[in-house]
Formats: sequence, structure tokens, C-alpha cells
Amino acid sequence: MALKPPAKKVRMKEQEPQERIHNFFEVALGYSEREAMEEAKRCLQCVHHPCVSGCPVGIDIPGFIKKIKENRFYEAVKILKYYNNLPAVCGRVCPQETQCEAKCVVGKIPGSEPVAIGRLERFVADWEAVNVKDNQIELPENKNKKVAVIGSGPAGLTAAADLAKQGYVVDVFEALHKPGGVLVYGIPEFRLPKSIVDREIAYIKSLSVRILVNTPVGRAVTVEELLQNYDAIFIGVGAGTPKFMNIPGTNLNGVYSANEFLTRVNLMKAYLFPEFDTPIRKGKKVVVVGGGNVAMDAARSALRLGAQEVTVIYRRTEQEMPARKEEYFHAVEEGVHFRWLTQPIEYLGDEKGTLIGVRCITMELGEPDKTGRRKPIPIEDSDFVIEADTVVEAIGTDANRFLLNQFKGLSINKWGYIVADEQTGATTLKKVFAGGDIVTGAATVIEAMGAGKKAAYWIGKYLEGEFNPWK
Amino acid sequence: MSNEILKKTKLAPQVYDFIIKNEEIAKRAKPGQFVVVRIREKGERIPLTIADTYENSFRMVVRAVGKTTYELCMMEEGQHLSDIAGPLGNPSEIDYFGDVMLIGGGVGIATLLPIAKELKRFNNRLHVILGGRNKDYVIMLEEFENLCDELIITTDDGSMGIKGVVTDGMDLVMKNTKINIAWAVGPTIMMKFCSIKAKELGIEKIWVSLNPIMIDGTGMCGACRVTVDGKMKFACVDGPEFDGEKVDWDELLKRLSQYRDEEEISFGKFKEQVGDLSWL
Repeated sequence: MALKPPAKKVRMKEQEPQERIHNFFEVALGYSEREAMEEAKRCLQCVHHPCVSGCPVGIDIPGFIKKIKENRFYEAVKILKYYNNLPAVCGRVCPQETQCEAKCVVGKIPGSEPVAIGRLERFVADWEAVNVKDNQIELPENKNKKVAVIGSGPAGLTAAADLAKQGYVVDVFEALHKPGGVLVYGIPEFRLPKSIVDREIAYIKSLSVRILVNTPVGRAVTVEELLQNYDAIFIGVGAGTPKFMNIPGTNLNGVYSANEFLTRVNLMKAYLFPEFDTPIRKGKKVVVVGGGNVAMDAARSALRLGAQEVTVIYRRTEQEMPARKEEYFHAVEEGVHFRWLTQPIEYLGDEKGTLIGVRCITMELGEPDKTGRRKPIPIEDSDFVIEADTVVEAIGTDANRFLLNQFKGLSINKWGYIVADEQTGATTLKKVFAGGDIVTGAATVIEAMGAGKKAAYWIGKYLEGEFNPWK
Repeated sequence: MSNEILKKTKLAPQVYDFIIKNEEIAKRAKPGQFVVVRIREKGERIPLTIADTYENSFRMVVRAVGKTTYELCMMEEGQHLSDIAGPLGNPSEIDYFGDVMLIGGGVGIATLLPIAKELKRFNNRLHVILGGRNKDYVIMLEEFENLCDELIITTDDGSMGIKGVVTDGMDLVMKNTKINIAWAVGPTIMMKFCSIKAKELGIEKIWVSLNPIMIDGTGMCGACRVTVDGKMKFACVDGPEFDGEKVDWDELLKRLSQYRDEEEISFGKFKEQVGDLSWL
């Protein structure tokens, strides 16, 4: 039996809360080489490595960590990139506490934290960016078959990269002017610097993947054309249509969907207005509705835009909140207020149509619902008003039906998402595969990547004639 | 898809006609659709209507009202726009209707042109009303003259046609012809009053082309949401054309003023850099 490893993860340096709420720079600053090697020593190199089963793309975790421990960083890069096309992204935004790190044996020792797999992954990817120039990428023999990937978010990029690595010609169709999907418009700079997304996308392009921006499928190119011109199609368009609570006052000035608020901030860099042309309301009193990661991102962005008071209202309690613990703690450290068991029922405006307050109702928790969470029930006559000049609704998204309606023969479930085989990503329509949020509803970056990876494998099998569910 | 400005023509003070090279949009655009344009790396995304298409290029008419549109109108032939996404939005629902009334105001006249052409192709009789502040702002007159069965011009100051507003023109048309369907494109306030007038005159349907604030233009953010017949619609994917008699105009007008302060800051800073712009 090896010596017991240190109980705690090597601490990662972060910007102090008081400093970071005034900027959009990354909060977590990453490990140094020495810190990474020290953390890597905490890994027990278990033979049965349960951590790997917790990773949706099945990274050889003990393998790359061993290389870090041995100061062979370049070899660690190679192992990581074999499995994961976006390691610098995943190391930063994956909820490791419910995935790889949740399975880590070191974390099972009483009083001990799991190995910081995410931080180590991030370290390796960032090390490569600084230290590896002109990485020679060996491309496989061109198989002369074409695959169209719709959407350049995590699912689409992963599928595209894996298909290119198999030797297929891949065209990615993106509606916006920048590829990356939620990585560029959704997740803020302070969690995921856009320069890192650009770097990882440059890597995917270096695999000969062609990305066509400004090309909304269904409008700029039709579904029939894609079906005609490509041997297979992967749909990875995400669940991009915002839901609204649709309570009175939803269309007052100052009420945003999280998608709009975050797109302005992240994609259009409205926080740098007027250097960048896109404006955003710099609210003094901001209310964010919801309890997921998107709500945390919106609340923390509002603080950085200069809000005096940001309040997250959530209809359940802290225990049921789906946001990552780390992001929740970051928000609390930064001074975001939380009001549990609270639901907005009306937005109040002035005569100019501008938001001035949110009427809320207090909830209590009833019996657990199908998801196992206790259902919130409104308490009668418990309403009160929170003063607010800005509201961001972060209550989830729906599927964008416009595109899906154009795929004749594609089965859609009752929530509007695509019906696709869980293992292979195959849809009901010949040669069409799908994965990511458009199949599962809003989930995580890594789950979308996992779906893209699986689909790429089965698309390859289909194109080789070894797999055909549509016979 | 080079987005090169092939041709730029001044139509009126602060109003420019652009021919932009973009084969894909040229090939696919239908009347009523628009593009979202970003002119440079730090630029914002703005919606502009596709006014016509040619073999490898398309036409858009731009009125300079704020920083981005001024900057765009100052660009020269041979320069390139960073990004153009499109065509976007639903095409106009064109069919044979018989007598159709078409109302265009200001730069909305350019949006109306492809709709008018398509309606003519379906052998409709076109009763067109074009309005402007004064005669300089009644653009594309010749192009409409060749299409129309009846053409009424209105100007605020009477420098051309009737002194008055486009709704006065609507009264005139209805004196002689029974109209069941109309299109009105122009400033939001104009479209509002055209819709009210259409209802008064018993016109069953008046299509209007809404121009709310947009960002992505593909249905992912809801910035362009409008209330139509009591329901929330996204103008970029559900429109941009809606039945004007069902639009909540006052809400739309309020939402359009949402960034007035920021627009002034941005434009003010731009004017400091480029100086006097009255020549444009």
C-alpha cells in the first residue's frame, strides 16, 4: 500500500473576489508545472481506474496524469487529445464533481478530496498552447466521403474532429459569425476565455474541418441540399430557443432572456461598449430568475457590468439548485444574493415601458416529483416586490423547431427534441445522426461532446457499411 | 461569399443603395427576407432587408441613423463587410389577390420593391402609395412607376405629390378601388397608423414588416419578440411580416427605444472621430 496522499487538492490560484468583480478576466488562474506535478502525485494509479467511467468521452485519466507526474507533459498532451478534442474547455467547464472526480478513489478516503482531474486536464492543454509550436498533425488517408455537421457547438465540433481523424471530409454549418456555440455566446469570459475557444477551434480546423459561418441551415442552405450532397449528416444545433415565464410585463424594457443577455456580453462583447458597438443595459439592481449554471453566469456577468445588487431568485432551495457548486460558491464570494423559494409572478414597469420591479410569490416544498426533487408550491397571499431595473430569465431553453420541421421523416419527441438512439445517435431518418442538447434537452458541454464522439464513431461504421439501422 | 461592395449609389440625403457580392444570398433570397450584417470585427449585428438579387450579388438600401449605419454608408466600393448571414426570415406570402395596396415610407420603400415585383409577377394590380419627408426622400420612384397601376406620392411638406401622409393616400385609393389586402413598410409609427387606417377602411389584411431590435436573427435570443394577437412571437423567425391589425404597436415602439442612451453615446463618440457628417 502506497503512502496516503495529501488529503486536499493542490490549491489553484484565483483572482480575489474584490478584484475580479470589476473585470471579465478568468477567475481561476491554473496550475504551475510544479503544482501540477505535485497534484499528479496524489493519483493512486488504480488498476481499475473508476474515474474513466465517470468521463463521458472516456479519457485515459491515470495515463495522462502519470505523464504529468513524470514531467513528460508532451506525452500527456498526446494522450488527452486522443480522447478529447477540447481539453482546455473541458478542464474548465466540466462538472467534474459529478463525473470523473466523483468516481475517484482518493475522494472516497474519509476527509480526503478527489484528485483534481479537471485542473490537471486544463494544465496540460494550456501547457501545450504555450510550449508546442507547429504541432505536426498526421491526417489519415482521405476516404472521399462527405459529412455535414449542423451546428458548431461542443457536440458538432467533437463529431467533426473525430470524423476528420477518421479520414472523412467534414463541413460544419454555423448560423452565427463565430463557431463554438454555447462556448462563445453562453459561457462568460471569466470562466472560459474566448482566446482558448479560438485556440481549440483552430486545432479542429487544422484537422481539415471546414467551418462555414453565417450559414443558418434551413435558410442559407436547405436540408434537401444537405441530404443530396453529403453521405451523412450530424445535427448538433443545441437547444437554443429561450423559454420565457410569460408572466405579465415580460416585454418591458429591461427584461432579458439569459440567451440574449449572455450573447450580448460574450459574443458581442457588450461589456466593452462603446469600444464594441453592441450595447447592454448596465442595471443597478438586477434580478436573475433560475438556479442553473446559466443563472450563475448571468448574475456574475451583471455584477461585472457594475450592478450594485444582484439577486438570484430560485423557486426551490439551495439543495435542489442544479448549478455547479463551484460556480455557486464563486457567486456567493462575489456578493450575489440568493432568495430561495421565490418565484416571479409579474414584472412592474413605468409609463415608458421600463422595468422597475418584480412581484414575487413565496413557495414551499411539497412531495418529490419525477426528478426526485421536491416540488415547489406557491403560498397564497405571500407576494412581495423586489425593486429591479434589469431581469434576466434563466429558466431553460427549448428546441429550435424551425430547422427540425424541415427534416421530413425525423421523429421529434413531445418536448420537441430529436428522437435518436442513445448508443449510436442514429435518428429515424436515413443517414441522419444527432446529439447534444437537441436530443437530451439542455445538459452539459461534456455530455454533448460525448454524444458527438459516439455519433462520429457510428457515422464512421455506417459509412464503412458495417452499421445500418435504416435497412 | 466575399461581401464586397460592388456598387454604392446615393439615393437621398443619408440614404444609400448598395450592391453587395454574395452568391449564396443572391441565389436563395426571396421577397420579404433580410440579412444580418456585421460590418467589422468590433461591430454590432444589424438586420437589413434584401431589396433585390442579381446573378452573384444582392441589393440593400441603408439609411444612416446611428453609428453602424453611418459607418456603413461611409464605406466605399471595393471594401468588404465582415459578416452577412442570410437570407433570414419568412418570405412574403405572395399570390394572386387582384387589387393590392402597397404603402412604402422612407427607406421602407426599398423593402417594398421586391414584394411589389413579385406581386406583379402574379398579375396583381398594384395601387402604390409612397411617402417621404420631402421629395428627396421619395426614393426608387422610376422603378415603381414601371410596376404600378396606380401611384400616389405623399410628402410632409407638399414638395411632391399630395401634401400629407400615406394614410391620406390610402383614403384616395379606397375611393375608387375595393382593396382586401395591403402591405405597409416603413417607420414603425407609420406602419401603426396604416394598420389602424386599414381597419377603418375595412381592408381585411395589412402585412407589415417589423423591424425590432435583433441580435442573432435566428431565433435563439428573443430580443426581437413582439406581441401579435396576444401571443409572443420572434420577428426574426416567425416574421418579419405580420398582420398589422394584430400587432401590439405601442409595446414595439417602447422596445425600439430601449437603447436610446447607449445609441447616442456610441454615435456621439463616432462623430467626435469623423467630424461633420451632414455631407453624407
